[in-house]
Order: sequence, then structure tokens, then C-alpha cells
Amino acid sequence: MSKYTLEVNGVDREVDASPEMPLLWVLRDKLNLTGTKYGCGIAQCGACTVHVNGVAVRSCVLSVAAVSGSVTTIEGLSDGDNLHPLQAAWIEHDVPQCGYCQAGQIMSAAALLSSNAQPTDADIDGAMAGNYCRCGTYIRIRDAIHTAASGNKAGERADKGAVQ
Amino acid sequence: MTINPTSRRSFLKVTALLGGGLMLELSLPASAAGTEPGTLVKSSELNVYVQITSDGQITIYSGNPEMGQGIKTALPMIIAEEMGANWDDVVVLQAPIDASKFGLQGAGGSTTIPRSFDLMRQVGASAREMLIGAAAVLMEVEREDLQARDSKVVHTSGQSRTFGQLATVAAAQPVPDPQTLAYNDPRSYTIIGTSVGGVDNLEIATGQSQFGIDVAIPGMKYATYTRCPRVGGNAISFNEAQIKRLPGITHAFILQPDDRSGQASMAFLDGLAVLRGGVAIIGDDTWSVVDAKSKLKVRWDESSASNDDWPQMIERAKQIAQEGGGEVRRESATVAGVLADKANRVHEAFYQFPFVAHVCMEPMNCTVDFRKGSAGLPDIMEIWMGSQYPAQVKEIAKNMFGIEQENVRVNLMRLGGGFGRRAVHDFAAEAMAISHRAGVPVKLTWTRTDDIHNDFFRVGGFENMTAAIDPAGKLVAWDQHYIGFAHAGKRVIGSGLQGNEFSMTALENARVTQSMMEIDTPCGAWRAPGSNTNAFVEQSFIHELSVLAGRDHVEFLLELMGSRRWMSEGNINALNTGRAIDVIKLAAAKSGWGRSMPAGSGLGFAFYFCHAAHVAEVAEVSVDADRNFRVNKVTVAVDVGPVVNMSGAMGQVQGSVVDGLSTMALQQITMKNGVIQQDNFDQYPVMRIPSTPDIDVHFIQSDNRPTGLGEPALPPLAPAGANALFAATGVRIRSMPLSELGFRLA
Repeated sequence: MSKYTLEVNGVDREVDASPEMPLLWVLRDKLNLTGTKYGCGIAQCGACTVHVNGVAVRSCVLSVAAVSGSVTTIEGLSDGDNLHPLQAAWIEHDVPQCGYCQAGQIMSAAALLSSNAQPTDADIDGAMAGNYCRCGTYIRIRDAIHTAASGNKAGERADKGAVQ
Repeated sequence: MTINPTSRRSFLKVTALLGGGLMLELSLPASAAGTEPGTLVKSSELNVYVQITSDGQITIYSGNPEMGQGIKTALPMIIAEEMGANWDDVVVLQAPIDASKFGLQGAGGSTTIPRSFDLMRQVGASAREMLIGAAAVLMEVEREDLQARDSKVVHTSGQSRTFGQLATVAAAQPVPDPQTLAYNDPRSYTIIGTSVGGVDNLEIATGQSQFGIDVAIPGMKYATYTRCPRVGGNAISFNEAQIKRLPGITHAFILQPDDRSGQASMAFLDGLAVLRGGVAIIGDDTWSVVDAKSKLKVRWDESSASNDDWPQMIERAKQIAQEGGGEVRRESATVAGVLADKANRVHEAFYQFPFVAHVCMEPMNCTVDFRKGSAGLPDIMEIWMGSQYPAQVKEIAKNMFGIEQENVRVNLMRLGGGFGRRAVHDFAAEAMAISHRAGVPVKLTWTRTDDIHNDFFRVGGFENMTAAIDPAGKLVAWDQHYIGFAHAGKRVIGSGLQGNEFSMTALENARVTQSMMEIDTPCGAWRAPGSNTNAFVEQSFIHELSVLAGRDHVEFLLELMGSRRWMSEGNINALNTGRAIDVIKLAAAKSGWGRSMPAGSGLGFAFYFCHAAHVAEVAEVSVDADRNFRVNKVTVAVDVGPVVNMSGAMGQVQGSVVDGLSTMALQQITMKNGVIQQDNFDQYPVMRIPSTPDIDVHFIQSDNRPTGLGEPALPPLAPAGANALFAATGVRIRSMPLSELGFRLA
């Protein structure tokens, strides 16, 4: 066991952990930040996505000893009481089904928007391809990212059902 | 308090709240609910609680597990609609798991909406009548001149009282006789049929939602469990000293299989024991126990372990198909003669579909705090988990440890996916046994590899199809031989036909037989059991026949449907050919069926009826010379009666299409000498966002009763996709997944 000081969501946190413990388990088990999810442990599904220095990383394969810089999790994404535009768009588009993967999806999308304010569908596909959604909410994820990017409000949902 | 048992089916109870306001409770006796096709459990019971406090907040307790199917939002919408509530005033809370109050709380079989719609309306309408009665008293006006809307009772003069102002007086109003209740005109609905966001979306989007895997309780330790890679094998010994020396490890021990760990009330399990032998490791955090698990060396007794082998199963099934025979499920006397008639063209095709896993995004997990009783106090087992049938865990606790039901407390957490997997509680049995043995509270978390290896899989299988086309191009004989699987002589869930399929009911001149092979690999319910594979075979084969007959697929399909008729009048679980015809025609029209397609692209059609829903889908694909393909668009026509939550319904259809495509294109579980060969998502992929087609959904709001949509939009996707690939390439797809045939989903 070693002592590590991590800046998580703007606060310095001290943890005792073995050096090879992935950041995911430090966040979940040591810091009780359970919004970041375990899905596969091999960086295939993206449920564990967090930001390190603003870059989206898979925390299930990043050892605590290798973390250098500030960590942001889903719990730290919003600005105080104001939701991040992606969080608001996720609610507006009713994206979640089971909801388990959505924190990872939002973190990947937030990293995308911070480097590309107006992503195309292809940009979104490229940035979000690392995140599984087993419920299949991909269409709404794409729509919500566009909404957050444009600042558009409701009424433009592409996927509204047609009734005969 | 008044009790009004005017209906034998149900009764309503009203209670005045201490701080002002009213509580309405509706009870439905278990005997009245009964067992319907598609229901996984042998009995069901439903209770509903609605509370209106004097501040105007309407709290509806949702008794059913939420796993992404949207029931926690949809059922309260029905109540709120009939009450005349403003949806913004409604708060939905998860009800505790309590059989005495809420009955057997479950989610499965797309049955909750059809089972509950009328009852929800009854609760809402009763509350509305009592609020109107209270307003008549307080405002000293005639009831007839009052109307409930927007969480107010409004008089024709324009004056009004809010529900909050009325709630306490309403609690003293008589409970209306259900026979006298009038229901709102669907044309005036302001909530039902609209798009309402999931009630937990804010919590989910901010990472606050609590899934089972997120539970932390005081003094809790973390656990893993390692089972024999071959089902039926048990642990003899392991490198105990080495494991216990590892950092952060506190306990390590062997558990023996427990015959008492069955769920008798889960129909398809039939009491099958779910606690298998293995090694438990307990430690200070998840990483320590996962790391220790990777260093575990176990000596297994494999004397009674599974020998299941997928390639051998395929060879055996082909032999059985050649031999013919099998148990006759249905037979028209003339089939053999028509097939032998030299004037007809006879076509035969052998279809195959693999075992697949559930891979819920949240791996199986369960937290248990077993507290040994002392000084005359009983043992207590407290459990936190996501489950589709949480009350059944109490049955396991009673059977394994003799703990009375009232001393087993189940805290239902949000489910990170269900799809049928969380109908089985093997992981809960393990967590209970581990906490019981170690005497500490533990959270058991399965690794993804545990989750894939130890699934209750969607069963694989085979169908050998034979049919005759007469000189006029009509289908004149159909011979379907299902070659599936049984365990201990009992057909496993999802294997074989259910009985309400097109070929079992509506198709003339048909013979259906089945042969079952014995397996040990555990199988379970997987989103639309049986239908998700039979649709692929039936609807692909019908397309084959239409091609052979030189006829348009849709026209051929409509001819097979014949006249508009309901195979069993009034039974929502029976095919209605009229509704089938309507969705087939709508999907054809909306997709532009019949238009000429550029080279390397094609349209494919499929229809399927299951879970009381009629669904037609058209897939539009493009494929290159190297068999890289895309499904560009899927057009869906659905008849589930009136849609309760348009947003939820759209989401279920989109998700079903994605799930159907993901499964047909990418997924299979294989076993070799009883060992599952896929370890993680690198070997068992899930479809990613770039492959997602456009999905164009059309609902027919028929006079059908509202029915469920968690499953029925999935089965038609695979045959629609396979038929489209045939149209684009001329290659007939008779097995899944497509990746095994060299087709790569781009």
C-alpha cells in the first residue's frame, strides 16, 4: 500500500492503495464516487470513462500510480447547481434506459465538446465509439450531443414517434 | 378508513394521512391475476399506493423493478391521467419489497402494461371522484358541474380548489364502486400518449442513481466468487495459504453447491438449484479480491461436469434433421401428400442460431448483511440488489438458511439492465452464503468474465424447414422440424415453439415437430424468449419461398395472412391477422417497399407476432464486395394498442432494433467440453454507435388493449436484415451471427 494524493473534482484527496489499483476502484471503493461504473476491466465498454486533465480515459485500466493531473468524474461535471449542457440535453432527449452506461457516455461526450464545439455525426461516432450502450440508446445520445453543442432547446427531437 | 370490497377482482382502501391528505391503496388478490403466457412467474399480485398531501404533492409508489423498460414512469402516467393531475406534481418512489403489501413484484414478459392498465385507470378515476366529491362539499356545488384537470377540481363558474386543498376532505369521501366509474375519453388525454422523460433521468445524468453495484454499508467487505469453468464441477481445494497472504484479503473459503437454492416460483427454473460450488475470496476493496481471484489455483472435481460442445451439437442436429421424426406438435393430415406431389416444388433449408449471453452493462452483484440472532432474537438477512423478481430472493434465503420471510429484507436497487438475466438469483444465493459463512456484510461483484461464463444463456438451436410451392406459386405445405434443447428431460425456456406462432395457428397445411437434445449449459429468459430466434427462421424461410415462387415478398406474406381474423377472439396473446396485415402494409408503405435499389444494396422485410404485439420491420442494407455491410435504415410499424409513453415506446423500439442487430451481426457463445469460450467484450462484442441505423417508427393506435413493448420489436430485425442481405448479394443467411459468415458490420 502507498499513499497517493489525487485531485478529484477540484479537491485534493488522499488515498491508501496498492500502486496497480486502477483509478476506477480508487474512485468507487476508496472515495465513494460510484457514478463511474465498472463494465469490463479491459477498456472495451467505456462505462468507467473519466477525465484526466480534460481528456477522456478509461479508468479501469489506468493504475492509480500512473494518474498525473486533475481527475473529473460525472459527480464533478456540472458547475455547482447548474447542469452541464450535456446533462440537460440527456434529460431533454430522455436518453437513459437502464442508465448504467450513461455517466461514461456523458464524460466521453464532454471531452469531445471541449475540443470540438460543433461536432458532425462522424465526429460523434468517432469520439463515442468506445462507449457501449447495451440498451441501444445511441440515436438519442447523438441527438443529445448535437443539442448540447448548438444550445438548441426542446421541440427538435429527431426521433419522435409517428402515430397513425 | 373504509373498505369497499365491491369487486371480486380488486378492492380499494382509503386512509387519511396524519399530516393531512389521503392515501389510496388498491389490492389485487393473487388468484385474480393468474398466470398468462409470457409471464415468468407462477402467480402475480399487484398493489398500488397513491398519496396526495395537503401541499399538493402526488406520490405514486412504483412496485415494479425498473431496468430501463420505463415502467416506473409509464404506470404512474396512467394514474395521473385519470386523476386529472398535472404531471409536474407527481413524484414517483420505488416501493419497498414487501409481499404482504405489494405482492410478487416483478418485471418480465412485457406483461406489466396489459396486466395493469385497467387497474391504474381504476385507481386514478377513484381518486378523481373522491376529490370531486370533496370539492362539491367544500364549494357547496353540484358534482355534475365539477371537473378534475391540472391537479385542480374546477367548477363551471371558473372557481377551483387544488388537489392539495381537497385531499384531507377527500379522504373521508366514500370509495366509488368500480362498476360506476367513468373513464376519460382518450381523445382528451393530456398525459397518456405524450412523451414523458424517465422519472430518474436527473439522477442518472448526474451519477447519483444507485444501482446494486453502488451499495456501500457500514463494515462492508468486498467479495468475488469463482466457479468451476465447467458447469457441475465443484471445488476440492485451492491455494488457500497463498491467497490469504495477499494484501487486502481477509477470508478465502470453498462453498459447496446447495440443492436448496432453487426458486420454485420461477416457472422456467422449476426449483433448479442456483448455488454452484466454488471459491469465495473476501477483502478490503474490489480490486484486491479481483486481483487475488486472478492468482487463484483450484483443484476441481469435474466428475459430473458438463461436456457440452457446440460443434458437436451442430453435427448431431444435422443428423436429426436428416432422420426426421420428432414429437408432433401440430399436423394437418394432408402435408405428407402435398409434399410428395411431383407437381409441386419442394424446398428444404436448415437454419441455425447460437447461444447468446445477456451481458447487462451492470455485471451481476449483490450485497448481503447477515446478522446472527442472539438473546432470543432471530437471524436477519438484509439484501441489496437489482432483480427482476426481488421477492424470490426471500424464498432462497428461507430454503438455504431457514430464515423466515419477515426477517429477510430486500432493498431493490435500480437495475443496470435485465433482459431476463436478473430473473435468476444465483449471484444472490452466493452473496448470502458468503456473508452467512464469514459473518460479515459483503458486496459480491462478478467480473465481466464471471458474468459471461455464468450466464443463463439464450438457448441456441436449429430448425429444419421444408415447404411445397404449387405451380401457381402458392405455399401449399409447410413442415417445420425444431431441434432444440432440454435439461433433465424438460425443454429449456425459449427452445421450441410456444404455441401461438403463425405456423402453429394460422398457417394451413402445416406440420410442426420437435426433437430435443439434452444439455447442461444453463439457459434462461433472454429478451423475447423463443421468438427472438424463431422469427429469424420463420420469416427468412417465408422470404425464401416467395423468391422461389417468383413473387413479391410482401404480397406473398399478405396472402399467407389470409382473411382478417383473430385466432382466439379477445385473447391478446393470439395472432390477429387483421392487425398483422395493417402493420405489414404500413411498414411497406413507409419504407418505400418495391422501389428499385442500387447495386450492393437491398430491402428486407419481416413480420412477427409475440408478447401481444404485431410488428413489421423493413431493413435497408448496403454491402461491399468484401462483405462489409451497414444497415442504413430500419422502418418499424408497431401495433401495441394505444401507446402510454411515446418517448418510452420509441426508446424501446430503437433499443430493440439495436439489440437485434447487435445480436445477429456479432454475438455467439460457444462451449467446448463444457467451458464457455468467450471471456470478455473483446470476444463477445456489443454493437457500437457508428453502426446504428436510422430508425423510423410508426405506431398504429388500434383499439387493441395497451400492451408491452420491452421485447416484441426485437424478433423481426434479424430476418429483415438477413432478407435485405439476400436482396443485396444473393447470399442466403441461414445462421447467426453474421460475423461467422464473413459479414462485417461497419
